[in-house]
Amino acid sequence: MDIGRVFSKRSFVLGLLLLLLILLATSPLYSPRYTVVLLSNIFMYVVITVSWAIFSGPTGYISLAPAAFFGAGIYTSAILGKIFPLPAVIGIGGLASFCLALLVGALTLRLRGIYFTIFTFGLVELLRHLLLFWECTVMGRRGRIVIIVDNTTVYYFMLIIFVILMLTAYLIRRSKLGLALQSIGEEEDAAAHTGVNVTMVKVITFAISAFFMGATGSIMATKWTYIDPYIAFNPLYSFMPVLMAIFGGMGHLYGPVIGAAIFTYLEEFLITRFPYYYMLIFGIILVIAIVYMPEGIVGLIGKLWNRTSARKPSHT
Amino acid sequence: MIVTILNIVIAGLLMGGIYALIAVGFSLQYGVARVLNVSHGEFMMLGAFITWMFYTVFGVNPLVSLAISGPITLIIGFLLHRTLLTRIRISSASLGVFEGKSMLASFGLLFIIQNIAILIWGNAVKGYTYLDSSVNIGGAIFAANRLVTLGFALVIGLVFYLFLARTRLGKAIRAAAQDPATAGLMGVNINQVLAICFGFGALMAGFGGVLISMCFSIQPTMGFQFTVIAIIVVVLGGLGSIPGSFIGGFVLGLVGSIVSHWQPALSLAAYYMLFIVLLIVKPTGILGK
Repeated sequence: MDIGRVFSKRSFVLGLLLLLLILLATSPLYSPRYTVVLLSNIFMYVVITVSWAIFSGPTGYISLAPAAFFGAGIYTSAILGKIFPLPAVIGIGGLASFCLALLVGALTLRLRGIYFTIFTFGLVELLRHLLLFWECTVMGRRGRIVIIVDNTTVYYFMLIIFVILMLTAYLIRRSKLGLALQSIGEEEDAAAHTGVNVTMVKVITFAISAFFMGATGSIMATKWTYIDPYIAFNPLYSFMPVLMAIFGGMGHLYGPVIGAAIFTYLEEFLITRFPYYYMLIFGIILVIAIVYMPEGIVGLIGKLWNRTSARKPSHT
Repeated sequence: MIVTILNIVIAGLLMGGIYALIAVGFSLQYGVARVLNVSHGEFMMLGAFITWMFYTVFGVNPLVSLAISGPITLIIGFLLHRTLLTRIRISSASLGVFEGKSMLASFGLLFIIQNIAILIWGNAVKGYTYLDSSVNIGGAIFAANRLVTLGFALVIGLVFYLFLARTRLGKAIRAAAQDPATAGLMGVNINQVLAICFGFGALMAGFGGVLISMCFSIQPTMGFQFTVIAIIVVVLGGLGSIPGSFIGGFVLGLVGSIVSHWQPALSLAAYYMLFIVLLIVKPTGILGK
């Protein structure tokens, strides 16, 4: 009986996901152009947030490096966009970020707690200023032009990256690697003593998460036409995924997805409706979310759900 | 040659004094209240703008403004900790969770404070001139306001150090820094002391802002760059150490003025380079254990 119910529940969820995927895949055919652009933006933040959560969620290391990896992808696209076809550029962008993350990880993952956070933050600033110096002093011109790709292509590439990322995140969660990450988050020394190769696990996961950020950067760069170090290595791209993940709730795989989707939509909505108060409202929402929703939106919904379902039997 | 060296060194020390003052506040907020306050520079910006407003509207001497801007930022910081951060602290399961969440909350505060400032004062660059007669030090020429700034930074730092070392409240703050739970058991009103600490951090930033506004032009968006500098200085000097903050501030000021002497475009990159190398080699800072 029970097995049958679990099985049917599982196939129900699978069917729902498949339906959602088909809807998303066909949406450029019938929805207005604005929706496609908005959805690509949402995918961008979802991918950065989920890949951030792959590493930082279970281990508790708060990384502020997403902007570095995202920016590396953007610059790959700007430099190689004219030479290689788009899929190759995206792959190289991802790999560039992957290698950067391997290097950074090998150097820094022995830093713990707040020092790691500060380091990753400094990394973004260092890369930005070095690039700026390189462009202004050595190259003699700031910024680069990126080749434009039409919205639908961007959308489909983002969808593909998103699907691959979700599969990867799901598999990592279910695998030994996921368990190892969890144990590092709970007690790193104990994890090392039970035979987890702590450094290896951290560096590899850090690099995998960077791969997706880089790939996203190199496809999204095509939407901007012009980029410079201030746009590519904007610290906002480091803070946003952290906020979105916490806003959504990190206990579940879908928490960061929901958080990022809602936040991106909110951002878009506020920018168009209240252009002057947008950042102010944004800050207030952020503070309220952190203070009043410790488990994120998913946790909040779960709590409400429990409350309503617990109340029902008492009335009958 | 000697004049050039003198120029570089004095310019570095002058800048370093302000860096140190901002970093002391940041260090206090992280070292005791455990808040990595990303909005620290915004309090500095508030201090600068309040001073500017009082000077241009009422003609209040900027040095007198220290007694106006300081208490205002102190009260704002205190209230923010009592209402917001205390709540987060109580609901957080562990110190690590609190550190993460309070950092993000302060990131939200950054937006809120900055945009309120833009709504009040507009986004333009502002400035005023005060004490800008030149002073000759062994051939190197500097504006008088820069020297006054350094003097005040040093005095404020020293007074604050003595306050922590000699008074009862200072002792409570040091106790709270070592172990909040035990300090609470020993009769320290821990929520109050942590909030006061956070307020003092904001006060230091406010003082820094007053001094900055005397020498440089100001803008509502200028806060974040000073937050970044505070982070670097604090890592240089060691988290939670006041003498360390001053040493770190002067080191950073000197590095900045040396590098910008031969390559101005690289001075910020040099800060980060120093910072990243130091984090890799000795993350606890120059004075850290």
